[in-house]
Amino acid sequence: MTQSLLSVEGLHVRFHTTKGVVEAVRGISFEVGREKLGIVGESGSGKTMTGRSVLRLVRPPGEVVARRMTFDGVDLMGLSEVDMREIRGRRIAMVMQDPKFSLNPVMTVGSQIAEAYLVHHKVAAAQARARTLDMLAAVKIRDPERVYGLYPHECSGGMGQRIMIAMMLIPDPDLLIADEPTSALDVTVQMQVLAILDDLVTQRGMGLMFISHDLNLVASFCDRVVIMYAGRIVETCRASELQDAKHPYTRGLLASLPRIDRPVGDLSVLSRDPAWREGPVFVDGEMRS
Amino acid sequence: MIEVENLTVTFGVGASAIRAVRGISFRVDEGETFGLVGESGSGKSTVLRALSGLNPDWTGVLRVDGQVLGQRRSKAFHKLVQMVFQDPYGSLHPRHTVDRVLSEPLAIHGMGDVDRRIETALAEVGLGPSFRFRYPHQLSGGQRQRVAIARALVLEPKVLLLDEPTSSLDVSVQAEILNLLQRLKRERGLTFMLVTHNLAVVAHMCDRLAVMNAGRVVEEMSVDELRRGAATHAYTLQLLNASLGYDRSKARDLVTFE
Repeated sequence: MTQSLLSVEGLHVRFHTTKGVVEAVRGISFEVGREKLGIVGESGSGKTMTGRSVLRLVRPPGEVVARRMTFDGVDLMGLSEVDMREIRGRRIAMVMQDPKFSLNPVMTVGSQIAEAYLVHHKVAAAQARARTLDMLAAVKIRDPERVYGLYPHECSGGMGQRIMIAMMLIPDPDLLIADEPTSALDVTVQMQVLAILDDLVTQRGMGLMFISHDLNLVASFCDRVVIMYAGRIVETCRASELQDAKHPYTRGLLASLPRIDRPVGDLSVLSRDPAWREGPVFVDGEMRS
Repeated sequence: MIEVENLTVTFGVGASAIRAVRGISFRVDEGETFGLVGESGSGKSTVLRALSGLNPDWTGVLRVDGQVLGQRRSKAFHKLVQMVFQDPYGSLHPRHTVDRVLSEPLAIHGMGDVDRRIETALAEVGLGPSFRFRYPHQLSGGQRQRVAIARALVLEPKVLLLDEPTSSLDVSVQAEILNLLQRLKRERGLTFMLVTHNLAVVAHMCDRLAVMNAGRVVEEMSVDELRRGAATHAYTLQLLNASLGYDRSKARDLVTFE
């Protein structure tokens, strides 16, 4: 890891509901440098809430508490909403999971992407349009001119995801939080979109938080991986060493995957141990209390 | 069990017509699991929908259990062939209890002994009797997919058409559902047709598979051939290669097949 871009210490996300307090994220700490950090976990593990709280997008009754959350030397927790808006979108962008709910249904996709650019850059409309078309082509959309004028409901799920990615990348952010950015894409398109993200990290020094439930993908794409379970980080390791993970939860997840290379009979089923909620944490194969 | 000859499905008319499936043929033997693999838009789900009778505009010859299928399906057909859909959130009525979901097909087909059948169906998919009067929002994704499988099985069909049955589930839940399907197949001698884009799931579940691209079957192969990577068509090789994980140099060499 090169120098740290985002540093989070003791992050909690709580929801105050009529049935009591639900803690979605329970005191996690991590750093993101100019690298690809994978955040893996099952639904409900708190991985999406972690991403959203970095951008301060958790709304009441949700409450975000952190000992420290700094981005490039700026204290994110202490910023005013106005200052936060300078960072959100421009310097830290987030690709949301579901393009159907994240795109404006009454604006063409082209004008939405161009707007994302114009908000942060003082350029002529024609220039924003040209940049948008380039961006659509970069995310492998065939015939960008035609897609520019489409409304979100006229696009497929895979196109929607690529449109979201184009919109988030157009302001040239330093840190991209991508929440399941390629889950609706075909493997070959997924490969191409990942290559775009990969190049941004290796060539431009962008930081990437890659939230996913796909263990094999994260192992082959990311540099480092954190595994989340019930709101905590239970294991951190280099992505290339994910196959040798030590935590029983990580091992259970890996074992439950069907394999192409050999038959496995019945798939192993994960039995969850209640002790994992507070239990051991593994860092690079070493157990920490 | 299933024979498909020269199946073509066209949506729309005239210049804007889209030929989603372009004259494909294959057969599935009794007791076999046959996989249909391809990317979105390849026509794999359309084939399944044409077979199940959800998509009436098709040409060609379809046979199930020796019977030639017409555009409209008889009640007997639906007793023989049932379908499980991709999205358990969308395929269960939000205001119907599990009990109602399971008793409706029984009522339609005039099958008696409803109580016993529902309890057996629930037990078979690993849900206790306490689940019987719950609504879908009181179930997790995996439990909903179990209910959807129970609904398909309650009529005691011989063929299950599975459209991406685990792609919206977590991997540990996927393992449970795939194990459940394998067990039911062994116990009941079912014939499965499985549509998915996940090659690992196909390798785990199927005996044979067909790879589709742009409405055509480009290759039919056995699972052993898939495991060995012994594909002959360039498209299958690319798909197989891409499924093995990310690699920057691989991404550069990808081509689009039409």
